[in-house]
Amino acid sequence: MGLFDRLKKGLSKTREAVVGRLGKIVGLHTAIDDSLFDEMEEALIAADVGVAPSSRIISNLRARVRRDGLTDPAGVLALLKEEVAALLPADQDGDPFHASLAETPHVIMVVGVNGVGKTTTIGKLAYQYREAGKRVLIAAADTFRAAANEQLEIWTKRAGVEILRQSPGADPGAVAFDAVKHAQAASLDVVIVDTAGRLHTKSNLMEELKKIRRVIAKVMPTAPQEVLLVLDGTTGQNAIQQARQFNAAAGVTGIVLTKLDGTAKGGVLIGVASVFSIPVRYIGVGEAVEDLQPFNPHAFVDALFAQDERNTN
Amino acid sequence: MFEELTEKLEGIFKKLRGQGRITEANVSETLREVRRVLLEADVNFRVAKSFIDKVQERSLGTEVLTSVTPGQLMIKIIYDELVRLMGSDRTDITFSNLPPTVILIAGLQGSGKTTFSAKLANYLRHKGHHPLLVAADVQRPAAIDQLIQLGGQIGIPVYADRAHDAIQIADDSIDHARKNVRDVVIIDTAGRLHVDEEMMLEVETVKAHTKPHEILFVVDSMTGQDAVNSARAFHDRLDFDGVVLTKLDGDARGGAALSIRSVVEKPIKFVSVGEKLEQLEPFYPDRMASRILGMGDIVTLVEKVQETVDEKKAEKLEEKLRKAEFTFEDFLDQLQEIKKMGPLSQVLGMIPGVNRLAGAKDIDDRAFVKVEAMIHSMTAEEQRKPHLINGSRRRRIALGSGTKVQDVNKLLKQFEEMKRMMKSLRRGKFGRSPGGMRIPGQFN
Repeated sequence: MGLFDRLKKGLSKTREAVVGRLGKIVGLHTAIDDSLFDEMEEALIAADVGVAPSSRIISNLRARVRRDGLTDPAGVLALLKEEVAALLPADQDGDPFHASLAETPHVIMVVGVNGVGKTTTIGKLAYQYREAGKRVLIAAADTFRAAANEQLEIWTKRAGVEILRQSPGADPGAVAFDAVKHAQAASLDVVIVDTAGRLHTKSNLMEELKKIRRVIAKVMPTAPQEVLLVLDGTTGQNAIQQARQFNAAAGVTGIVLTKLDGTAKGGVLIGVASVFSIPVRYIGVGEAVEDLQPFNPHAFVDALFAQDERNTN
Repeated sequence: MFEELTEKLEGIFKKLRGQGRITEANVSETLREVRRVLLEADVNFRVAKSFIDKVQERSLGTEVLTSVTPGQLMIKIIYDELVRLMGSDRTDITFSNLPPTVILIAGLQGSGKTTFSAKLANYLRHKGHHPLLVAADVQRPAAIDQLIQLGGQIGIPVYADRAHDAIQIADDSIDHARKNVRDVVIIDTAGRLHVDEEMMLEVETVKAHTKPHEILFVVDSMTGQDAVNSARAFHDRLDFDGVVLTKLDGDARGGAALSIRSVVEKPIKFVSVGEKLEQLEPFYPDRMASRILGMGDIVTLVEKVQETVDEKKAEKLEEKLRKAEFTFEDFLDQLQEIKKMGPLSQVLGMIPGVNRLAGAKDIDDRAFVKVEAMIHSMTAEEQRKPHLINGSRRRRIALGSGTKVQDVNKLLKQFEEMKRMMKSLRRGKFGRSPGGMRIPGQFN
């Protein structure tokens, strides 16, 4: 199964929901009128795209339909797809797991609110880096949540990588520090730092993130090279606040959107992308270790607006 | 929690307040704004639509157009509909007459089930129960360890069995509870997607086996439009009894709460508001609606004030206040007026800002009974001239009212403080006396 197919499979629910509605809307209209645009806007809002981006998409769409002199409702759908794609961040190059690293250790810090799937994402990342032949160390810097260490340890076993952990309640900065130091000494390729889930409104906890960053930079001034913000695909407009606050505190370099295997549409990605220029790195479409996919905006939009999933597989 | 929604609605209402009268045009403009606010708060688009339709229908009736203060009624309509949307009454957990009461916890991954289970156990323990936590999440790595550790933190036993499946664990846990005299069994299940047939079947089977008295569906308050889909799917399979909203200590506007409530018609029973295991609160729809509107339940307060306060008496009182002649007689009158308005906690809750004061919700009417008895035990002269009340008069009043001298002392002291406060209020933003009940930010 190719990358595109896997992504589509994972996104089939998304597609069913959005396309199902959009397809129906187009089918129900014989002419391009206000109600067609209104219903399309509603469909975007129902996909968590957000009020402002949705109305911007639709007003651009209206303008283009007028300019191009379109009369067939089916043609509008194709234009809608282009409008949405235009809002997503640009494509990224190649396979991040196999790409050669500019410097080692490549330190990836993973942040996000509680329950978005940070630990699971880390397990999957570790697995894929290791599959690509990299030597990986996971730093268990979530020293707060009960049994976080145990959970991470099970994932590291699945992924077949090393873990550095301390006792619960230890200073998360110290764990990260030790991990990067150890990785330097042992010439490891990748260090993935797990952090405790925290609500972006808790300033003391956001300060803690800044501190973890600072401490990592003490060992290695260029690290962390990546700070991944994990967003739950079922999250609504609050994701924009999360992106804002985590970016301010930790300098987010990429987004991971998880839980896209349900009926959630993940449309908030479009809202986030319209406010911040942070690339989307991965999407999570299942519970298996390989269900973390590098994000491809074109595939994402194609899958999102595919006409008929059964015929395209 | 709902602050942002509140701010935006307040902005809209401010505009509305400036309007002399409500026309069809400005009603629909306001409602368009309200709709946008609701959608930005992740209220499901269908729910928002029907909400707006209801408000529109009601506000375009003669009710609003002929009203003297249209803004007031408009806000009241929106508030009423919000309360209705979230369920009108607060509902508690159902306990079995024949212990143990079985409570099943279900929800999507990462919604906060395990933490909530521990919080609920802690909450019920403080209510005199003896809960048993059951680790029936055999899917997520280390979920069992997490519950064991949380149970350890709050000193509540956890039933765990790493050798069996969730159904077996749940079954055995009930026997275990009986043998160990635990009267509540809280079963923490694995997070599952509502489209995962195998996992939905599992939780259905757990339900069939354990016959829970209460099934709670746990939802992350940051959930978007999809909340109604998962809630409906879980409801179809489990027919849950109530909803728990988690992570409300963030800035999520919690529109999902409104949506779920209106789609599955099951009450929201608890809100979880922090990482500490004590941070669990019952859900009060009316309070929540008041908070959303951000001004306390002023509409109702205004109405009640209008119904109950005798204008002439109020004027007389104001006169007295101006001359600083406020006496126990007047105080007693005031108490009667306030009592006519309903329970004190409610009255206070209606005053903007008071809801947010710590302890305001704990004030109850019993405090009044003592006060009234003491005032009734005073002579008419004493009521008019409190400074006459010396030591022996205090002893007599205490004896007559069945209280202690300390209580009388306290009352006299508080009365003096109140007089001082009223003077300062008169100078401050409360334009008139409490009898007039002019609330800051009110519409006339």
